[in-house]
Amino acid sequence: MTDLAHIRNFSIVAHIDHGKSTLADRLIQSTNTVAERDMKAQLLDSMDIERERGITIKANTVRIDYTADNGEAYVLNLIDTPGHVDFAYEVSRSMRAVEGSLLVVDSTQGVEAQTLANVYQAIDAGHEIVPVLNKIDLPAADCDRVAEQIEDVIGIDASNAIRVSAKTGIGIHETLEAIVKHLPAPKGDATAPLKAMLVDSWYDSYLGVVVLVRIMDGTLKKGDRIKMMQNSSIHLIDRIGVFRPAMQPVESLGPGEIGFITAQIKQVRDTRVGDTITHEKKGTDTPLPGFKPSQPVVFCGLFPVDSAEFEDLRDAIEKLALNDASFSYEMETSAALGFGFRCGFLGLLHLEVIRDRIEREYNIELITTAPSVIYHVYMRDGSMIELHNPADMPDLSIVDHLEEPRIKATILVPDEYLGDVLKLCQDRRGIQEDLTYAGARAMVVYDLPLNEVVFDFYDRLKSVTKGYASFDYQLMGYRQDHLVKMQILVNDEPVDALSTMVHRDRADLRGRAMVEKLKDLIPRHMFKIPIQAAIGGKVIARETLAALRKDVTAKCYGGDMSRKRKLLDKQKAGKKKMRQFGKVDIPQEAFISALKMDD
Amino acid sequence: MAEDWEQGGFGLYIHWPFCQAKCPYCDFNSHVAREVDQRRWLKAYISEIDRYAALVPHRVLTSVFFGGGTPSLMNPDVVHGVLDRIRHHWPVANSLEVTLEANPGSVDAGRFRGYADAGVNRVSMGIQALNNADLRRLGRIHTVEEARAAFDIARSQFERVSFDLIYARQDQTLDAWKDELKQALSMAIDHLSLYQLTIESGTAFGDRYDRGLLRGLPEDDISADMYIATQDICGTVGMEAYEVSNHAKPGAESRHNNIYWRYGDYLGIGPGAHGRMTLNGQRHATEAWSNPNKWLERVEQGNGEKLLQRIELRDQASEFLMMGLRLSSGIDIHRYEALSGSPLNPTNVSYLEDLGMLQSRSGMVCVTPSGRMVLNAVLKELLAD
Ligand SMILES: Nc1nc2c(ncn2[C@@H]2O[C@H](COP(=O)(O)OP(=O)(O)OP(=O)(O)O)[C@@H](O)[C@H]2O)c(=O)[nH]1
Ligand SMILES: C[S@@+](CC[C@H](N)C(=O)[O-])C[C@H]1O[C@@H](n2cnc3c(N)ncnc32)[C@H](O)[C@@H]1O
Ligand code: SF4
Ligand SMILES: [Mg+2]
Repeated sequence: MTDLAHIRNFSIVAHIDHGKSTLADRLIQSTNTVAERDMKAQLLDSMDIERERGITIKANTVRIDYTADNGEAYVLNLIDTPGHVDFAYEVSRSMRAVEGSLLVVDSTQGVEAQTLANVYQAIDAGHEIVPVLNKIDLPAADCDRVAEQIEDVIGIDASNAIRVSAKTGIGIHETLEAIVKHLPAPKGDATAPLKAMLVDSWYDSYLGVVVLVRIMDGTLKKGDRIKMMQNSSIHLIDRIGVFRPAMQPVESLGPGEIGFITAQIKQVRDTRVGDTITHEKKGTDTPLPGFKPSQPVVFCGLFPVDSAEFEDLRDAIEKLALNDASFSYEMETSAALGFGFRCGFLGLLHLEVIRDRIEREYNIELITTAPSVIYHVYMRDGSMIELHNPADMPDLSIVDHLEEPRIKATILVPDEYLGDVLKLCQDRRGIQEDLTYAGARAMVVYDLPLNEVVFDFYDRLKSVTKGYASFDYQLMGYRQDHLVKMQILVNDEPVDALSTMVHRDRADLRGRAMVEKLKDLIPRHMFKIPIQAAIGGKVIARETLAALRKDVTAKCYGGDMSRKRKLLDKQKAGKKKMRQFGKVDIPQEAFISALKMDD
Repeated sequence: MAEDWEQGGFGLYIHWPFCQAKCPYCDFNSHVAREVDQRRWLKAYISEIDRYAALVPHRVLTSVFFGGGTPSLMNPDVVHGVLDRIRHHWPVANSLEVTLEANPGSVDAGRFRGYADAGVNRVSMGIQALNNADLRRLGRIHTVEEARAAFDIARSQFERVSFDLIYARQDQTLDAWKDELKQALSMAIDHLSLYQLTIESGTAFGDRYDRGLLRGLPEDDISADMYIATQDICGTVGMEAYEVSNHAKPGAESRHNNIYWRYGDYLGIGPGAHGRMTLNGQRHATEAWSNPNKWLERVEQGNGEKLLQRIELRDQASEFLMMGLRLSSGIDIHRYEALSGSPLNPTNVSYLEDLGMLQSRSGMVCVTPSGRMVLNAVLKELLAD
């Protein structure tokens, strides 16, 4: 146990790619927490997908020992957090476990949308904030301008911002000193009844469920019997330790400390992040405030390309869900695609990550159907259902009205692209709420329907601003609007997996765009194929895919038929990757590509 | 019914891999060599002929085909030597067809007499186009005038003469092709091969195409129209297509190519040559080393074969179907069933019939004229489970 005055707990927060994980590397390295030979870049990004994409998805905790210039030894607990908006939840709960934040700002980029979002959360959590200007080794670094921006846009003092290169190690010592000097020590009472915050939990195939805890009051030891206050379940602690970043056992954890426990817990679902852990006997009666669980906001169907792999898919999904409480699933059947799962995600990146992992770690090829948000369908009889899948839209005769989720989007953009951004937001049914300037950058706030954003908004934003805009959003609640279900008919048959909910005013445009896209995506067949978009039986857009006119090998010479046969076999295998709707083969990628709007 | 291997005839293909210049569209195993030791090549051919004669003796040979490359660069005595050796080993049909592919240059034509003396009785000439501008764009080194002259010489020397044209060329219009085709028909005797230009990867054209530099190729719809016009025009003079790209008066069809299309046995001799042969009642695929020097060296060490492999019945059935449906006469359904062990999927068949792509009557299944134009799609459908 460490005395409170010598503990500092902090999260490292920033916009995507501003260098949080690299800064964590340097802090770990300069304190000799990890042997030099075990060091590697973005050490804490341990998942394959994190390393491959160079992003952080899961927050990670490390305990560091640091002897400061004043000669005293400190224990520092750092939490490296993800930058992408889909994983904002990881950031917010990490912040609840610490007293301060290092706010990293890339000195070549300046303040971005997630910089702001994170600062507001840190302020909300009552944090002390130490600004860090990173990447000063780059010629494009402009620390003075960025410091000024931090003061202007965020309104915090940046005069003592530390100038750092997480790459070369400049400013790391200063950062460590600032942590000790400027961040507050945690408070707590070692003799009070145990009060520990359940910060995170995950499944480890050797240890079972591992629980990350922050002790507020009291002391936790191996062999203690603990109670989860949420459901009063009792567990016996069989391991207790800290991350350095490998697991290292300790005798006990006291107030202000962060560490892990295992207690023979079978499923991640048996733990609830934000819950309060206390002792079975002489425990506390007053739980911590807790935090809202994360909610999936984007839903789509995942179907195996080869329908024989359905059970394998179930297995993969169950395994992944064990470790990811924000990913939900239930079985779905589609007339066209057969058996699959309707899955819920935090956002599109989360969806992609899960889909990638299923395809690669479990070797199952997937068809992904149109992503959808949750609509509230109010029935004539006054009841309300949550609609996760447009295919389940009830008959209009019994529906009174629909509501859709809205978000507050904050976009930062250099002013030369402002017009394009405003147009994009307007086209997506946005309502402008605010527009301010910070230097040469504009900050726009829009109220937007989530369903217009979920799918390709971010891609479009990046492309109209050549990558210079940043974007963050928060869910704001539901609002009624004129929403309809749009069906797609291919060769006169409705394809349920292509149904989407759209705003009536946007339906013609979307319908036309979709049928045009599908016309390009579906290969020509031996007959002509009408492709239509319809609302409640009324066709709003129509294209005809002409029949294949010529597909024959002109010369067939020298008797080399093996090559041709192999080609044919390959094409036959390719046909398996398509789904048959009546007599029409639709390639698997069509289900997603058809939705992309080029605006 | 006869055993399968007895069906479709028995032929021998000899590959000559050299040309004077490489054409930019061509993906055949053809090379430009500064010097070719033709006596060494003759020895190698003979050695391979001897090897195969030991493997498949006694069968009655219906055709020999010298293909390339440019076989009209072979010395007549090499052709003679090859044919003598063949006649030494196998009994030949009275109607033995001996074809040689010839380029229509004047030098080539100078050797025609010698080929005829050696026993060649059919020549297939690569005329390719009937105007000089297009010949140049195809990278051909002969003119129309030379081609016509060579053609006349060929007609005087050989019983049967056919020629090839490539159409759907860059900047070719439908009308221009119709005119050219009519001219060709006024020259042709009884056989014509009319190939739509195919852009093959690994060729100069393929490369240019990938880089977007091969301009003026007719759109798919135009080339479809060209194909239909070709059928119509040839039909009016009694030269219907008996195969996707081959037209003949009845009885004048190429017997050699018919062996491929009817899935008969043929031996492939020379670099890169493929064969299909029945050994102990089992059908085998053969393939020779394709690099000319490597092939020569291997043959001199005793064997030019790169591959000899049994073909599974299922694959035989696909090959039979794939080749047979190229013919307007189609395939013998019983032979298909015997090979594959099961009939064609009746749902797929009736679906294709309903679409007007396929026809079956009295034990034969064939594609309709519309089906022939989308044969690859028809095959995919038929072979689907
Ligand atoms: N030149 C330079 N590059 C840096 C510096 N710090 C980080 N980078 C690079 O910036 C990129 C992003 O760094 P990360 O540490 O992964 O950023 P992050 O903030 O953790 O990113 P997310 O977790 O995805 O939000 C990597 O390519 C780093 O090598 C620096 O000080 N100088
Ligand atoms: C083995 S090749 C060449 C024979 C001979 N060397 C010649 O060029 O005249 C036989 C025929 O295939 C045709 N051919 C070759 N490459 C082609 C291509 N890429 N597209 C269409 N036809 C082609 C030509 O008509 C050619 O005459
Ligand atoms: S087309 Fe004929 S002449 Fe031209 S390279 Fe090919 S084989 Fe040789
Ligand atoms: Mg990171």
